[in-house]
Amino acid sequence: MTTAPPNVAISELTGIRLTDLGIGKTARVVAVTAEGGAAPVEIGRRLAELGFLPGEAVRIVAKGLMARAPIAVRIGTGTFALRLFEAACIRVCPEQPQPA
Amino acid sequence: MEAVPSAPSPLIALVGNPNCGKTALFNILTGSRQKVANYAGVTVERKEGSLLTPSGLRVRILDLPGAYSLDPLTPDEQVTADVLLGRRAGETQPDFVVCVTDATNLRQNLRLVLSLKRLGLPMVVALNMTDIARRKGIVINAERLGAELGVPVVETVGVKANGVRELVKVLDHVSVPLRASGASDAGRAVWRTPSTADIAHDQSEVRRILGLVGGDRLDGVTVSDRVDAVLLNPVLGPVILALILFLVFQAVFAWAQVPMDAIKFAVADFGNWLGAALPESLLKNLVINGVLAGVGSVLVFLPQIIILFFFILILEDSGYLPRAAFLLDRVMGSVGLSGRAFIPLLSSFACAIPGIMATRTIQNPRDRLATIMIAPLMTCSARLPVYALIIGAFIPHKRLWGGLELQGLVLFVLYVIGVLGAMAVAFVLKWSGASAGFQSLMLELPSYHWPNLRNLGIGLWQRVEIFMSRVGTIILALMVILWALSSFPAPPPGALGPPIQYSIAGHIGAWLAVIFAPIGFNWQISIALVPGLAAREVAVGALGTVYALSATGNDLSGALTPLIAQSWSLPTALSLLAWYVFAPQCLSTLATVKRETNSWRYPIIMAAYMFALAYLASFVTYRIALAFS
Repeated sequence: MTTAPPNVAISELTGIRLTDLGIGKTARVVAVTAEGGAAPVEIGRRLAELGFLPGEAVRIVAKGLMARAPIAVRIGTGTFALRLFEAACIRVCPEQPQPA
Repeated sequence: MEAVPSAPSPLIALVGNPNCGKTALFNILTGSRQKVANYAGVTVERKEGSLLTPSGLRVRILDLPGAYSLDPLTPDEQVTADVLLGRRAGETQPDFVVCVTDATNLRQNLRLVLSLKRLGLPMVVALNMTDIARRKGIVINAERLGAELGVPVVETVGVKANGVRELVKVLDHVSVPLRASGASDAGRAVWRTPSTADIAHDQSEVRRILGLVGGDRLDGVTVSDRVDAVLLNPVLGPVILALILFLVFQAVFAWAQVPMDAIKFAVADFGNWLGAALPESLLKNLVINGVLAGVGSVLVFLPQIIILFFFILILEDSGYLPRAAFLLDRVMGSVGLSGRAFIPLLSSFACAIPGIMATRTIQNPRDRLATIMIAPLMTCSARLPVYALIIGAFIPHKRLWGGLELQGLVLFVLYVIGVLGAMAVAFVLKWSGASAGFQSLMLELPSYHWPNLRNLGIGLWQRVEIFMSRVGTIILALMVILWALSSFPAPPPGALGPPIQYSIAGHIGAWLAVIFAPIGFNWQISIALVPGLAAREVAVGALGTVYALSATGNDLSGALTPLIAQSWSLPTALSLLAWYVFAPQCLSTLATVKRETNSWRYPIIMAAYMFALAYLASFVTYRIALAFS
């Protein structure tokens, strides 16, 4: 599934939250912002410094079974574990599935 | 003002992202010529070494803490930024910077290179881990990279002795620039905090450069990804983690048996030989009953400590530890801790002191404090001698279903009780509002790789050194003091009981035994707990000394295990185990907490709550065990 679920609001940035991306799915970052969320402002800057910047490709490597478990995200050649409130600062545009 | 030495050694700083192989590179460059200390006023580790270049130039090399950015978020990054900017008191600004980059992860590493370049210090980029990159099919044109960055680039392999040859050649030509004090700022870019737009600009520059030099192989499913598909699987992952931890604790008991017996017999033989060789005197008494009985009974646990660290170091080096933090984050979050707290807490299984120091990687101060407060509840290796002694004496050596050892199982349960106790305390702290709402995780999960034997060897050797120097200094000193307390004054003529009963230690023990009687401790245990405050494992040595001295027969050098198995009841033994799970029997830990929190308040709270928990746990254990026996 590459489109956003119906309950996810599509912002003017036409992205979904990284947390709504499925396991193993790839997407491209469209925006990183802590605004509007409950996360502290420096979270957005720190995410940018780890490489979560518009235009970068991301892939969900792992998700936990329990609700509110963190997710593991591939960005470039690195992998980071993010808590959900951190991942929710990242808006992404899902990529079309690649032919195998 | 002091005169400037005629040929000052240039100071070279190693800077790089965490996980870029910087420390391995530092080890190769400086070998054993390292000085490890702390930066003044903070508990960030300062590692300096020296290197003699081929042309005979002696350079000093400073291994700065890993940083993602010069805009600091952690105390580690603060130190790195301050030293590089020359604004850290007591540190000279480096003359030259080696920016270590991971060739397999250039996309992330190059942003730091761009920031460093803006500082204006002379620098070289070390393109590290080029061997791994090549194996992964990542080929980077180093020359082109250097041209695009405007900075020389050399390839390095941080785990091979000849992998740093090119870098050493560059360092050979570093000189100390002549600069008058105060003039060093002239011509340097003034540092300003980058905005998100600045970072985005750097990133497009990184993308441009990577496009030209290669090394931007994105996506594709790597070997690490395939391993992660299993190890981070929502169902399999936690099961495998539990299995790994369980196997480690089984191994600590099963593998250590043979070397432990060997040490035990060697100490006993040496004692017998010495006993026969020395003339009867006070000195002989001190050497055999004080030093040998005490130190020998602690030394015997060296194999177990080596095995535990062997596993911790392998898990750390292979890249599995951060994955364990990831898997446990949800559980940690439920008691108000960050998954990041897992690494300090795991280190605390070895020793609470490095564990408490490792909490500096937790950005949120309240989260950090909560982690510090529960770190001593993790079962540190100093408890192992105590646990091993009691388990060895009271828990039968038998196999359960599936080849599990009962003794190993009991040990595992003790570790679990410590963890559960810690979680309960963390939960109380969260509930009382002492820990914060939003804890950051943002933990890098580095690619898996086979542990490097050389680094494993260095790490293990450092642990052995720390343990042996404790045995040789604090434990030895306490043994002598305890022997003196236990030997003087001498019993009156015609006394019937063991001599120690008439000594100072006997009187203190008799007095403490009143307090500890409700939880089943006899006076010998009560005496041993006093020197055991200095370090937990000292209690075993102290018991060795107390029992050796209180024995009236000729079994002075006899093993402690059968002695206590005879003289303690099972409820007493279980009660002492419960005591050691919780009691703050370690002054060095409390001193570390004082230093880390810069206040007496937290070590006092810690000691109070841990003593209270220990007494309660022992009381409940003793009473329940009595009721069943």
